Amino acid sequence: MVEEKVHIEEELEPILKQVSDPEIPVLSIIDLGVVRSANLDGKKAKIEITPTYSGCPAMDVIGDDIKAALKEAGYEAEVNLILAPAWSSDWITEEGRKALEEYGIAPPMDATSDKKALLGEEQIVKCPQCKSTNTHMVSQFGSTACKALFKCNDCQEPFDYFKCLI
Amino acid sequence: MNKDFLIKYIYGIADNALILGQRLGELTGHGPTLEVDIATTNISLDLFGQVRSYFQYAAQLSEKEITEDDIAFLRTEREYLNVLLVEQPNRDFAFVIGRQFLFDHFHFLLLTEMQKSHDQTLVAIAKKSLKEVSYHKRFSSDWIKRLGDGTEESKQKIQTAIDDLWRFTDELFHLTEDDKKAVEEGIGVDVSKLKETYYKNVAEILEEATLEVPELKYFQEGGKKGIHSEHMGYLLTDMQYMQRTYPGMKW
Repeated sequence: MVEEKVHIEEELEPILKQVSDPEIPVLSIIDLGVVRSANLDGKKAKIEITPTYSGCPAMDVIGDDIKAALKEAGYEAEVNLILAPAWSSDWITEEGRKALEEYGIAPPMDATSDKKALLGEEQIVKCPQCKSTNTHMVSQFGSTACKALFKCNDCQEPFDYFKCLI
Repeated sequence: MNKDFLIKYIYGIADNALILGQRLGELTGHGPTLEVDIATTNISLDLFGQVRSYFQYAAQLSEKEITEDDIAFLRTEREYLNVLLVEQPNRDFAFVIGRQFLFDHFHFLLLTEMQKSHDQTLVAIAKKSLKEVSYHKRFSSDWIKRLGDGTEESKQKIQTAIDDLWRFTDELFHLTEDDKKAVEEGIGVDVSKLKETYYKNVAEILEEATLEVPELKYFQEGGKKGIHSEHMGYLLTDMQYMQRTYPGMKW
């Protein structure tokens, strides 16, 4: 795991925690790790966000949602998109991983396990419904760019697996 | 410093992603299976995302008041600098996969090298894109093996596609005058040096897929200089019509 230092102003954190990824509503943008900095100068908030995938269509919405949430709380917000360092699925917090699983999306594993799983070498992705690891990949690309599509051989339910990206 | 060469260099890279993204986008709702439909359009989306980063940067560098949309949608055919390979039509699924495979392996090597550029914006885009392209490469290479080592019919179709598209691969390694300038400045990648590794990597997978590696002496070129195949005009008409009909339209 790569620990990335991210500076988020204390009084802004609860507000940003209310903003979620529109495609994964249970995951706050803080838990997703897309907020790279949040600084405050008086009532002016300056937020930097980074996309999970280059073409992530949620970024524009996330930017607007941040501005709206901060405006509601009485701040004036400026949101900038940055590309470096590139987002990594390691930046999803523990809390975020739990939220994903409860929502029905298998959280990303480490790179080595992920590769084995996506190449079909080992059955290690755990079904978020019945917790069985007797699962198989249906497609490397799922409902959004960040997910792969899996199916559980035990409970027969299809589910999304959040791909590892480091 | 005159940034024209850099802007052209960026177009050369980004236009490949733009035009291939457009081709893949044509498959939306038309893929042979739901999974493949989703995969190809996901790849398309990744490529468009990368294009946005490149064009936003090019628009910043430009002395003219232009936006990423102007660059993407309002140039004339001769001003697009993509290679001929990516504009080739979706003749059948084998052509879609063959084109993707031949491009992904190049794209991967290009971005790997671009991480060493002296231009920090290009480095950031390369690092970001490389993660996505690794997935693309795995997807297309897997399908090459599946089709090649599949049924008699799938094998024959993918071999036909590879044989047909092979003549466009040499152009990937040509350098335009602007590319050369970008290489001299330590910004651009000398793609001619990627050629040997590319053909080696591609051949390995073709052999694993029990396919023949084409032996060809004659190659086609032109796209990098803006001289495109007959397919390009149709593609652009489709891609540009909204901006041409409703100038300045935004989502």
